[in-house]
Order: sequence, then structure tokens, then C-alpha cells
Amino acid sequence: MAQQTTTARGQYRGLILKSTLTKLSPHELIHNPVMFVVEIGTAVVIWLAIRAHGAATVRYDWLVAVILIFTLLFATFAEAYAEARGRAQADFLRRTKSFTKARLLDPSGATRLVDATELRRGDRVVIEVGDIIASDGRVINGVGSVDESAITGESAPVLKTRDDAVTGGTTLLSDRLIVEITVNPGETFMDRMIALVEGAKRQKTPNEIALSALLGVLTLIFVMVVVTLVPIARYYGPHATNTTTMIALLVCLVPTTIGSLLSAIGIAGMNRVSLVSVIAKSGRAVEAAGDIDTLILDKTGTITVGNRMATEFLPLPGIALEDLAEAAWLSSLADTTPEGRSVVELAQSIIGPRDLSLDLGEPVPFSAHTRMSGIDLTSGTKIRKGAVSAIRDLVENPAPELQEYADAVSSDGGTPLAVVRDTTLLGVIRLKDVVKSGLKERFSEFRAMGIRTVMATGDNAITASVIAAEAGVDDFIAEAKPEDKIALIQAEQAKGRLVAMTGDGTNDAPALAQADVGLAMNSGTMAAKEAGNMIDLESNPTKLLDVVMIGKQLLITRGALTTFSISNDVAKYFAIVPAMFAAVPALRVLRALNIMHLKTPHGAILSALIFNALIIPALIPFAIRGVRYRAESADRMLMRNIFNWGVLGVIVPFVGIWGIDHVLGLFGLA
Amino acid sequence: MSIQTIATWIVVIGVLVLLAKPLGTYVVRVFTHQPTILDRPLHAVEDKFFHFMGVSRESNMTALEYGVAFVLTNMGWALLAYAALRLQGILPFNPEHFKDLSPGLAFNTAMSFVTNTNWQAYGGGHTMSYFSQFAVLSYLQFVTPAAGGAAGIAFIRALSGRKLGNFFVQMTLFVTRLLLPLSIIVALLLVALGVPETLGAYLHVHTITGQSQLVPRGPIASFEAIEHLGQNGGGYTNANSANPLENPTALTNVIETIAMGLIPVAFFYAFGVMTGKRRLAWTLIGVAGTFYLVMLALIYFPEAAGNPIVNALGLHGTANMVGKELRFGLGGTAIFETSTMAFTTGSVASAHDSYLPLSSLAFFLGMFLNMVFGGKGVGLLNMLMFVILTIFLTGLMVGRTPEFMGKKLEAKEVSLTAVAFLIHPFLILAGTAIAVATPAGLAGLFNPGPHGLSEILYAFTSGAANNGSAFGGLNAALPFYEVAIGIVMVLGRYASVVAMLFVGQSLLAKRTVPESSGTLKVDTPVFGTILWGSIVILNALTFFPVMAIGPIAEQYLMLAHRLIG
Repeated sequence: MAQQTTTARGQYRGLILKSTLTKLSPHELIHNPVMFVVEIGTAVVIWLAIRAHGAATVRYDWLVAVILIFTLLFATFAEAYAEARGRAQADFLRRTKSFTKARLLDPSGATRLVDATELRRGDRVVIEVGDIIASDGRVINGVGSVDESAITGESAPVLKTRDDAVTGGTTLLSDRLIVEITVNPGETFMDRMIALVEGAKRQKTPNEIALSALLGVLTLIFVMVVVTLVPIARYYGPHATNTTTMIALLVCLVPTTIGSLLSAIGIAGMNRVSLVSVIAKSGRAVEAAGDIDTLILDKTGTITVGNRMATEFLPLPGIALEDLAEAAWLSSLADTTPEGRSVVELAQSIIGPRDLSLDLGEPVPFSAHTRMSGIDLTSGTKIRKGAVSAIRDLVENPAPELQEYADAVSSDGGTPLAVVRDTTLLGVIRLKDVVKSGLKERFSEFRAMGIRTVMATGDNAITASVIAAEAGVDDFIAEAKPEDKIALIQAEQAKGRLVAMTGDGTNDAPALAQADVGLAMNSGTMAAKEAGNMIDLESNPTKLLDVVMIGKQLLITRGALTTFSISNDVAKYFAIVPAMFAAVPALRVLRALNIMHLKTPHGAILSALIFNALIIPALIPFAIRGVRYRAESADRMLMRNIFNWGVLGVIVPFVGIWGIDHVLGLFGLA
Repeated sequence: MSIQTIATWIVVIGVLVLLAKPLGTYVVRVFTHQPTILDRPLHAVEDKFFHFMGVSRESNMTALEYGVAFVLTNMGWALLAYAALRLQGILPFNPEHFKDLSPGLAFNTAMSFVTNTNWQAYGGGHTMSYFSQFAVLSYLQFVTPAAGGAAGIAFIRALSGRKLGNFFVQMTLFVTRLLLPLSIIVALLLVALGVPETLGAYLHVHTITGQSQLVPRGPIASFEAIEHLGQNGGGYTNANSANPLENPTALTNVIETIAMGLIPVAFFYAFGVMTGKRRLAWTLIGVAGTFYLVMLALIYFPEAAGNPIVNALGLHGTANMVGKELRFGLGGTAIFETSTMAFTTGSVASAHDSYLPLSSLAFFLGMFLNMVFGGKGVGLLNMLMFVILTIFLTGLMVGRTPEFMGKKLEAKEVSLTAVAFLIHPFLILAGTAIAVATPAGLAGLFNPGPHGLSEILYAFTSGAANNGSAFGGLNAALPFYEVAIGIVMVLGRYASVVAMLFVGQSLLAKRTVPESSGTLKVDTPVFGTILWGSIVILNALTFFPVMAIGPIAEQYLMLAHRLIG
């Protein structure tokens, strides 16, 4: 999906341009008090410039007006750009939604074609090969493979059978399904996804509301500072202040940087979530992800790869390792399960690759009754591999070491498989849960950031503790039932913690609803998808970690740009205050405050204003991509960011304004 | 720097730091209703009073009830004070037969003392009867700091997870358990050191030059004690603590300076005890203490270096002693003035108008910040207001919704806090703007140039910060200033306190989030530094332009050996 977004970007240039201009309408801009104040100031300066036609300062007035117009355009552009990125993605989704007809199944059994938009909850539709599924629903009859690439980007078809959820916009590749529609028009998964990525339904998140309020009050303070400065400065004479300069000062002081990028940061945050193929049902959920204190992760599929893997051969005394490996290899050749594949791979690493073209014999498939599988070789030799107790019963007087080895494997959290050739016990295969690579490092990053990870598993305590230690989670619950998860979530929440979890089954739904962030798998049941506040289209539960990181990054970006915006004001004061009173005899001494040695008063004010405008587009990449950060404790992160955005936020504009002043000097403007 | 200066500074700062812990702990015991040594003599009397008032010791109020009780009680006092001052002529204890006050002056004085500002548009020694001094002004000097302190206590209680408590109970305990006992100790010390305490009439004395002179006296020692302990600052006489009858020696100067800081500093520590965050309390004491030291240095060193214009005349090596009392020396004067501006007392031991512009920046700094310990309770509220703003502005950068005391800071708290922050500069800047733009305001001006502007700015700043000291050089007895500053004092006192009470209540209702390594730690030197920087930047952004065209311009003019441009 990421790729389509980037390629689609080219087509949206016109859209961005149009939206940049329409967003200038006061009707729209009033929702952003910071930029609204700038707009009013711009209007006043333009009016002054027109009226001052022919006066000595007319050039200065027009220059200020032009810079202010650019400041406004940069601000609306930032938002338009962020929205267009979302829209590109939405349009991509919408194209796949261009289905029109559905075969509605009457109670009589007859079908008739209807518009997809007419389908209501409870209707039943028949889906034939090649049909696009018209709406979200649940399979009530039939088995078929469905291409879900339209929403997941995953090309491998997914098998759908009775009670599985299907999503509107996906295509049936084989067989025939009868589906009961579970949503009304406009509420389908696809509809909601489009609305969300497009930002149409974007509501401000709690933190965004709080920050907007603070920015509003700060703006009010600066308006007050500048408005009262007019009469106060006129203490020195009726011409002590110049309205254009006062407006320039005001625009420089109000937090235009964060004011113009705030909504872009929010939209881009939602976008980054969808770029990892997760659909958040609200921005609030993404923000909450940044606040998560406890992650509850299922063992199977989330922490481990989901299948046990052979990791070691343990030959009994007197048996060669190669013997055991070869027997294990032969017994698993016909076994296509991941476990069987892993035995073959491990064996080949010991005995080397073998030619498979030979007709080796007759495979014996696994059955629950015998609890073993194997092969009857053409030579008559029978090789079997299976549960230790079952294999042991095949042999008279089994070696006592067999049980010892098996117990050792069990106590390490592994599963032992015994291998026998005719009546000779060869040894034990150790099957183990394998932790996904890189997880341990990520968990320790989370620990550094104060996030606790808890593993939930149906395994017994021994197996659970081994995996828990291997993965580096902070805690685990073994033999967990769905009720246990809810109890755990409630216990954590009672301590004031915010909890995130993943789930896919219907019995996960209550826990997903209870959790502050519930990431449902797209492969899961409709109940789970309804209960969670995010859905992972690729059904990879480990995504939860990415979502938490994106949530944190969203908040960090907001804080960093706010701090930067306010820190910038210090330098602007040193540029503007000495310059603005240059015409007042008693205040000419304030030129001592011109520590940047800006050349002329007008040049100094223009330089500050130009810096103020240019910093907006310069920071758009940070707003869109998010501020880079590393996983560390709050204290260290604060120190780093205070330096990067606070301290440098004070220093950078001094350098920038000084540089701009020199450039203006080249054009005779300073 | 003389030995005497260094010794004075060490004693004052040392005593304040050392007493912070025991006194702060005592404050917490009083306001969480734990046993204290004063229970035996006072408990029964207080209970009778509470019974009379119809309140119980452990009852609670909502923020709204608390705010209403706080404001209405104050307004009630204001009405009574106004009436008493208007009727001074017919009221008893008036041996000098002073007349009724004019409506404007009575309004201004009532508002001034009710808001704990003690801005004096009159000269006490020739305006106020003993009844007015004692029953009106001295009474208000007890109850109004108690009211402010009670509001501070309510806010700390909310932060510590307790309900706000009852305004009337807390205010009463503040008087009986803190102000009265401490006042008795301080008054006795002052009497022992020569400060008068009498109800006898003014003395007519014949001086050695053959002239006759009227020496105002009265219950001065008790007035001085509560004037400083309650950060009131209204002097018994016009010269305030520069008058030898109010502040006769360098030793009484030290005692009065310490008296000002005792409760404000202890309040910071009490906040730490009550909330269980002593390290945070010390961090905040460190932040405020650093500002205190900056102010002290800013007052002392430029004055010690002398006036640049005088120096240019060849008189090198002379400190600027204009308007200062030789008996305190520059060091004693500097720490008194630092304290009076830091703790928003507003009493003065020297003439602020005669300081160099650079030093006057320290006066403005103390009043702009209004949290360099500040008045008891209110100063702490202002400090916590900056803490909340700083946490919200910078705390996002750790990747979590900002939290304070384990509570998430959301739109409601942030808006209320930002509004509480907004009120102070608004009153100062709008008041000054109106005064400068109107003939009525300019009529009070005695000095031209930047100094005149500073004088007007100072008057409104002093009113808004409820400091009460005057720069001088401005005729504050004009109706315009009496009314305008009266209004500024009222809004400056109540609006932000009530807003912060609602912040406290809102935080109290929230779920507590446990701390983890992902939580922003506020009790560290790192956060203290960030807080310090944020306070500087937020205030500089608000006040830099007026400071530039006032004291800063004046200082540069002076360096150029000019005064008015």
C-alpha cells in the first residue's frame, strides 16, 4: 500500500494546490486561531499598503504583506499536503470498491440482481466465482478462496468457510459462497476505511484539543502584548509605533509553526498507521497507543512464529547422530506440516542434501489414534516418529534414557518426539517454540520506555516460563483462558494502567473491547473486528508494537514542534524590538540589543518575518514523517529532545535571521 | 562585599532553608487534622467557633463552593472595611481626630487590604486612626493571608488526592495555628529590640534644634509582625520599614526579612509532605530559590557599582546609596527588598524609585513571576501553574500524554491553567496601556522619559501581583489610580486562584496513572532546569517589549550618561 501511495502522489498536485487556496477561506481558518490571527493581520497590512500608495513605506508594507501571504499559504499547504497523502490512499481503496451488483437470495431460494448499496444487514447474497463481494458479511454456506489483496495488499488467497468473515471489495476466486450481510450501507469496513484515511471523519484527539486550547491562549497573550504595546509605546510620542511593524511582530510571536503543522501531524499520524496496513478506527486510539503501559501479547503467532520447530536431535547412547538424523529425515519426508519441514531441514543440515527422486517407500500419515507418523521403506524397514509414550510401546524393554531425555526436553519447555527404526529406539527430537527474531530487542526497548509486556498462553507454566525468558517479556500468564485475559486487563486498568492487546477469535472480543487499544486481526471473526479499535489488515499481531511506536512518535512530534515554535520567539524579539523603535529618539539606545547586527530596521523585521514563514515548509517533513526518536527512558528522551528542539530552537533562528538579513542585503532590501 | 553583608545573607537564607522542613511538616499536620502541640489550648476555642459557624472540622467543599466562599467572604470584609474607613471620624480610638477617608481612597484601601496587596495610596501616620489601623487594617492583615493560604492548602490537598476541605475551617486554623503564634513571637522580639507597642497618643517632642516634632507611635510592633508574616506589606507609617520606629536596627531588619519568607518557603515543603513528593518540593524550592538569588544579585551588584553618571563625574567607588538606610547597609537593604518582591510582601526598607534601572528589573521580575515563593499559598499556586504549563509544553516530547502527580493533563486543566497564566500579564499591560493613553493616568506622573513609564508600569504590576509596594514618583492618590489599581488588585487576587482551584478539583477526579520509566520525572534537576527556562521564556515573551522601552532603555540611556533620551 505504501508504494501505491507514493506513486499516486503525482496526480494530487492539482488537488493540493486547490485545497491550499480554499483553506485560506476565513470560514475554514477560524478553526485554527493562530493562523486566523495571521490572516486578519495580513488583511490589515494589505489594506494599509493599498492606502499608503505613494508613501515612503509602501514598499515595506507590500513586502510584509507578501511574506504574510506566503506564511498563510505554507500553513494551508501543510494541511492540504497531509490530507492529499491520505486521499491518495483512499482513492486507491475506492477504485476497488467499484462493484455495483449483488445476487440477493430471496427466502424462496431465487436470486435477483440488486445494487450493492441496497444491501442491508441480515440480507443473504450468493457469490459466484469472479464476483466482488458486495459488502461485509459472514459466510453461512460453502467454502471458497478469496483474494483480499484489495485491502491487505497480500496476494495469497485466503480460504473462507462457514462463519468466517468476508470483507466488501474482495474477490471470490473459486467455488461459491452464501454470505449473510452484517452491516448497513455506508458502514462497511471499506467505507469506514476510506473515511478515515481521507481524514473526512477526523475528529481532534484529546491531546490535540488540549494543545489547541493552549495555543489559543498563547495567541491571545501575544495579541494582548502587541495591542497594549501600541498605547504604551506612544508614551514616547504619537508616531512611536507603526501598524505594519506591530502586525509583523504579532505574526512572529504567535506560534505559527506548530499552529500550521498541528493538523498535518495528526493526519500524518493516522497515515503512518495505515502505511503499516493497520486501520485505526479513530485518532484517539492511535494517541492512546502512545500512552500504553502494558502490552498483553499472545504467545502463539505474536511472540513465537506460531509453529514448533525441530532444534536438536538427541541420540540414545550407542546410536550415531547421523543415524538418528537420517531416520528422522526419512520419517518426515512426506510430512508437509511446518513441524515436519523443520525436522527435514535440521536433518539435512547434519547429513547433507539427499536425492529425493528415489522411490523410498510408503509414507504412513499421522493419525490421532496412533499418535505417530513415518514411512515403510521399500527395504521393509519401518521408521516411526511420534509421541514418546506411543513410540515406547512399540519396543520391549525401552532404554531408560529415552524417558530421561524426553523429560529433559519437556522441562525446558520443548516437546519431545521419539524416533524408532523397527524395534531400535534411536533417540529424541527436540521440538521448540521459536521466538520471532528481533523481538527480544524490541521488548527491551519497550522496557526502557516503561512499557510492561505480558505474554498470555494456553501452555503450562513450565513451557510458558521458558518462552517468556527467551523472549524477554516481563511477565506471563500460563494456561490462560479468555476470561483470564479480561481479568488481567481489568486488574491492570484498576492500577491506572493503559492496556493494549491483540486478538482474532470471537472469544477475544470482550477483552479487545475492554482493552484501551485492541488490535484485531483481519483474518479474525467479525465480532473481534467490531470489538477492537484497530484492525491489522495483514493479520500480524506483532504490529501492535509498531502501533505503539507510532502513537509515541505522534506525541513527540507535537511536543517537539511546539517547543521549537515557542523557543524561536526569543531571537525574533532580538531582531524586531531594537528595530521597531529605531525612529523614537529616546529609544534609539535599544540598538544595543541588536546583537545579530542586522543592517537596517526594516531589513531586520523582514528577516524575522521571512524566517518565520520559511520554517513552516522546512518542518513539514518532520510533521509528515514524525520526529525521529530512539527507545529510552523518559528522562533521557526529554534531555535529548529539549536540546534538539528547545535549545536549538533558541539558537537556530538567530543564525537563520542573520543569514536572511545578509541575503536581503544583496538585493538592497536590508 | 562586606562581612556584614555576607553574614546577613547567610543568616536569612540559612534560617529560611532550615525552618522549611519543621514548619512545613507542622503546616501539614495542622491541615490534615493530626495532633499538634497547640491542640490543648486552642482546640476547644476553635470548636466553639466552628460550632457557631455551623461547620465541622473535617467537612469538605467543592471547588465552586470553595471559590464562592473565598470570594464572598473577602467581599464581605471589603464592605465592612470600606464602611469603617468612611466612618472613621465617628468611630472610637481616634486621638488625632483624623477625618473620614474619601470614597476613592476608601475603596482603594479596602480592596488593597482585602486582596492582601496593601497598596497604600495614603500615608498611614497622618490618615489612619488607631481604630482603622488596628481593627480594620491589622484585622485584614490576619484574615486575608489566611484566606489565600487556605486556597493554597485546598489545592495541595486536591493534588494529594484529598478533598479540598472547608474554607472557613482552613482559614481559621491558618490564623490560630500559624499567624497568631508566630506574630506573638515576632512582635515580642521586635518590642525587645525597640519597636513601640502602645495605644498612647502621638508624642510632641522638642528636638535639639529647638523645633517641635510630632512622633507617630501606636501598636507598631504587632502591626509589623503580621505585616511581614502575612506578606501584607502595608506600613504603619508612610516610610514603611525604612522608618526607624518600624525597623530600628540591622537586627530587626533581618527578623522582618525572615518573617516574610517563613510561611511561603515552608508552604513549598508542605506541598512535598502532603503529596509525598519531597524531592519535587526541593526541586521547586531550588527553582524559586535560584530566581531569588538572581534578584538579590541584580539588586546588589549594580547598586554596589554605583550610578554610571555619577561615576563618570569622577566619583568612583561609591555605591548608589540614594534612598537607602545606612543602618542596614547595602547588603541588608538588598536582601530585604529581594524578599519583599519575592514573597510579594510589599513593605519597603528603601526608596525603590532611587534604584538604578538595572536593579529595578529585579523588582519587576519578582512581581511578574509572582512565584519566587510568593505569598503563602498563592505563590505556590503560581509555581504549580508554571509546572503544569511546562509539563504540558515539554512533556509531550517523552511520547506520552503529559501527566502531573499521576494525573493526565487534558484540555480542561490546560485551558484553565493557561487562563490563570493569562490574567496576570493582561491586568498589568492593559492597566498600563490605559493609564498611558489617558490624560487622567498621565496626570499622576512626576518624571518624564523611560523612568516615568516604569513608575506607571510598576504601580499596575504591584497591584496585579498583590505586592503593594510602590515605586514612588507617581501620584497614586488620584481617583483614576485609586479605582483602576483597586480593580486590578481584585482581579489579580481572585481570578487565578479560583481557576487553579478548579484545576485541582479536575485533577482530583481523575484516575491516577502509575509511574514507570516512561513517565516524565519532575523531581529531578533536569526538570528543574527546564522549568526554570520555561518560566524565563514564557515571561520574557510576555514582558520583554515593555521592559525594553522602560527600565532597559533607561539603563542604556544612563550608560550613555543621559536620562530622558
